[in-house]
Amino acid sequence: MSKHVTSSHVTSSRETSDKNLLKVEDLRLYYRTGQGIVKAVDGINFEMKRNEAMVILGESGCGKTSLTRALLRLLPNNIEQYTGKVYLNGLNIMELSEDNFRREVRWSKISMVPQAAMNSLNPVLRVGDQVTEPLTTHSNTSKSDAMEKAAAIFQSVGVPVDFLNRYAFELSGGMRQRTAIAMALITDPDLIILDEPTSALDVLTQANIMNVLKQIKWESNTSFILITHDISTSSELADRVAVMYAGQMVEVSDAERFFSQPQHPYSQKLLASVPKLRQIAEPEFITGQPPSLLALPSGCRFAKRCPSRFEPCDQVPPMIHEAGRRVQCWLVDPQYADAREMTS
Amino acid sequence: MRVFSILRKYPSAAVGSFLILCLVVLAIYAPIALPYGEAIRLWRGGEGVWKESPKNARPAWYNAFGYNLPETIILDSTKDENLKERTVLTETMTDVFLSFPFDFTYDDFPQELQVFFQAEFDEKRPLIEMKWITPDGREIEFSDMTIQGNATYYVEQDEKLARDFDGQAPIHVLFADPNSETPTPLKGRYELQVAGLVFEDEADIDAQMIAYGKVYGLAGTDHKRRDLMVALLWGAPIALALGLIVSVVSGGASLIIAAVGVWYGGWIDALIQRITEVNMTLPGLSILIMVATFYSKSIWVMFGVLTLLGIFSGGIKSSRALFLQVKESPFIEAAQTYGAGSWRIITRYMIPRILPTLIPGVIGAIPGVVFTEATLSVLGLGDPLLPTWGKILNDARVNGALFQGQYYWVLEPSLLLMLTGLGFAMVGFALDRVFNPRLRDV
Amino acid sequence: MSAVIDPTRSAGSPNSNQSGAGAPLLSLQDVHTWFELRKFGFGSAGSVRAVDGVSFDLRRGQSIAVVGESGCGKSSLMKTILGLHKPTEGELLFEGNPLSAMDRTAMREYRAQVGYVQQDPFGALAPFMKIERILEEPLIVQKVRSSAERKRRVAEVMEEVRLTPVDDFLGKFPHMLSGGQQQRVVIARAMILRPKLIVADEPVSMLDASVRVEVLRLMQTLQQEHNLGVIYITHDLSTVRYFAERIFVMYAGKLIEKAHVDELLRNSLHPYTNALLAAIPDPDARNAIELREVPPGEPPNLIDPPPGCRFHPRCAEAIEGLCEVKIPPDFEPQPGHSVDCWLYDQ
Repeated sequence: MSKHVTSSHVTSSRETSDKNLLKVEDLRLYYRTGQGIVKAVDGINFEMKRNEAMVILGESGCGKTSLTRALLRLLPNNIEQYTGKVYLNGLNIMELSEDNFRREVRWSKISMVPQAAMNSLNPVLRVGDQVTEPLTTHSNTSKSDAMEKAAAIFQSVGVPVDFLNRYAFELSGGMRQRTAIAMALITDPDLIILDEPTSALDVLTQANIMNVLKQIKWESNTSFILITHDISTSSELADRVAVMYAGQMVEVSDAERFFSQPQHPYSQKLLASVPKLRQIAEPEFITGQPPSLLALPSGCRFAKRCPSRFEPCDQVPPMIHEAGRRVQCWLVDPQYADAREMTS
Repeated sequence: MRVFSILRKYPSAAVGSFLILCLVVLAIYAPIALPYGEAIRLWRGGEGVWKESPKNARPAWYNAFGYNLPETIILDSTKDENLKERTVLTETMTDVFLSFPFDFTYDDFPQELQVFFQAEFDEKRPLIEMKWITPDGREIEFSDMTIQGNATYYVEQDEKLARDFDGQAPIHVLFADPNSETPTPLKGRYELQVAGLVFEDEADIDAQMIAYGKVYGLAGTDHKRRDLMVALLWGAPIALALGLIVSVVSGGASLIIAAVGVWYGGWIDALIQRITEVNMTLPGLSILIMVATFYSKSIWVMFGVLTLLGIFSGGIKSSRALFLQVKESPFIEAAQTYGAGSWRIITRYMIPRILPTLIPGVIGAIPGVVFTEATLSVLGLGDPLLPTWGKILNDARVNGALFQGQYYWVLEPSLLLMLTGLGFAMVGFALDRVFNPRLRDV
Repeated sequence: MSAVIDPTRSAGSPNSNQSGAGAPLLSLQDVHTWFELRKFGFGSAGSVRAVDGVSFDLRRGQSIAVVGESGCGKSSLMKTILGLHKPTEGELLFEGNPLSAMDRTAMREYRAQVGYVQQDPFGALAPFMKIERILEEPLIVQKVRSSAERKRRVAEVMEEVRLTPVDDFLGKFPHMLSGGQQQRVVIARAMILRPKLIVADEPVSMLDASVRVEVLRLMQTLQQEHNLGVIYITHDLSTVRYFAERIFVMYAGKLIEKAHVDELLRNSLHPYTNALLAAIPDPDARNAIELREVPPGEPPNLIDPPPGCRFHPRCAEAIEGLCEVKIPPDFEPQPGHSVDCWLYDQ
């Protein structure tokens, strides 16, 4: 296990393949509730390449969990709208029938490690039975073959192989989380979505899990979408970062430029609010709260809390594409370059 | 309240609430229309209380189904002076002539014909001769009688009629159309003439003729001629009171006991659990039967036993599961740190936390209690004095109601029991969904 | 307000009522809290050694952070300080008075002097009580009989935690408030009895990143205004440097390193502390290049901890023949910085 990896693994995945693994266009997911319509996912656009890790940052209530549901079509009954295009390897999976989606996409091409996965392991089944289940149900693999594969994966994620015979409650939190990751890996998916994979874990265990994810990424061709509010930990895996606020992506950028020079005021504030161990700057906080997804303001959704707010912010800002990053903010709009000078 | 706004969404709750409302209205109306003492007196029956009502009569609205069953016809000389005519014949004899005319327009025969005499005299008993005049002019003579004090004439027991008409049922004799093959009553004006002779100046005779019909009142009558409405009406408040009190008291007691057990843990909890487990395996109905048979059938005893059995039951187990969770809650821990004592925590923090989730259970338990009481009554082990729905069923069963086609006798209390159960059950289930968000349809 | 807490500031603050003389606010002397595991029937199946020999002093105006992973015993330590568990050995002294000698009245007074801020803001508030009632409860329990007095104090403490306008919040239920607001109510409740000591268990870990700083700042302000002693329990080392003066690192029931925050971050001594610090990322894209170094294995089971130094099975620098045999005592290689490790045996 080498700790230092040559730089070819690091540089932008533009060179590995220029065909996108995933392309999401105008994805929308609205819920109908007793209090009105909740626009949880409100026009999301992004792409991902193979073997790329994309982090989706956002606080609670921004719609990031709904985004996972939208991508995996794990929908409750009260859907008001579910539209958009999701191209996986060129095929629009939104157009697949429910049956086809279940057979061919869910868990075979895109799998998921849900939030608090370590707590959602079935307590009455042995770990091995659970981990092999996706493989035995989605393909014609025999149980024994599946077990072999499970053993191999356990080795790569660092869980002792004899744990396959144990029950979930016999494992520690870190081990259970690794089991959940193994379950997501066993079908060799193209993309794994992880929702807050480390939020309930201790520091050392978090580091361990991130190490596991890094190794999987280096050793296979899998892509990752990592959804979290923990900015520091997210930097451990990120190739690209997307920031979600009130149902929309306000900034999408590569990791290096994001962590050093975020463009959207919300991204800036988020980074500034993280206490850093190795730097002196005192953390700031953001006043107010995100808008409710039931009653979204017209115009820029962050305007109310934005320190750099100015006139145009009453209108919805356009998505500005600039040098490979996307920011939805008037401040980045070349028309208002002077305003940017003033606030930077 | 938020509860009601959510409840409105469930049609079953609306129906159930309506049923319960009807029950409550009935329960309130009963003691107003018919005070308790009066109801008991009527139900106990006895001397002359139900004299004027027919036996086993169907409800009056039965005729709305195309039937034309007779209603009871009552003519009373004490109430109507015109019916009597006194003629003094000699010094020692006075003719008292009573005439009871009436129209009969029904398609079926009256059940019975009875004449109640009241005579006043010193020594010599009056003589009575009765004559029956049919619409087509026939005259039929009844047996002669001498009457003493209060006497009653039953047409069924008239030997003269039996002899003269050779085995034909007396009521048919009086009312049947002679020209029809199957017994059909002749419609028209009938008259009963009572010719009495009294032998003293002051002596007098009064009579009351009752041709008992086959329909009566809103609910019909039973074998003791009692208007079933008395018991149907009063069954409501009794059922409601029993159900509510037992349910609430045992529910409340279970709650407190479970909370105390969970909070103190150790042997207290273990003891409570063991008692509950033993109690749950005991057959409740059998215990009630034994108590009623060997000890007392009083309703108060039933109240007590039902409540006791209900306390240490499944309610404690499910409350305990909820309390165990609540006990670990951070706000309970916080309460300990600012010095709250055990009793305060149990009553002000733990119980209020789970109380809403238990309300549906309490409401749902009510029909169970009502049915248990009904069951005991049907088996003959209910409180013999109280007019309850179960008692009606018991009387019906014992008197072979279903064999005799007296379906109303069985259906009326059953329907009420069923609607009560349904009403509470529906509201209980709807409330369950209100208080337990996981059960809600989104 | 300067960026980092000046360690000398609180001790010399105008409200400080002592400067070394007199009994410390809180003093733990070799406290052990063991929980016995009862076997079914009779007999014991061993004990969980949650707190296994903890000693420290805390004065008013000082703040310490107890840092450790889950299972290290910090929750049990906190509950022992709060009086929810009795120490099986050792002594806990509050203002010089031992807790073990306190009768019910004295314990109740003690409880009024210690405020508790919990981790889960929503769980910490009874969901069926309005905010006003939640805040009045401690006063009622502590026999403040006058309703007017209680309402006055409730309003006072709401102002302090900046939940204004006060009347807007008093009639609300906890679920109507945001996470940050709920936590302020928890803090308000902890403050309402005018305590001298605050114990905060991961007060911000369940809040969003942007709200955490706000809440921690509030606690810092309250500490300074009221000259409180604060024990802050967390596993998030990155926040500690802003809100505490001293850090105690806890592992398997023991405090294995104690130092001032800057000193620890600059110059951590214990191999476990080093591992912890190395495992914490700052947001930096370069983190994705390498694997992070993590000590192998898992924290020990508190029922049957390893003999000798509890960390030795995972320690790269363990001294054979010594670390697995004898438990290291407190060494103090620098004044104010103690470490339980044989590497520092002079």
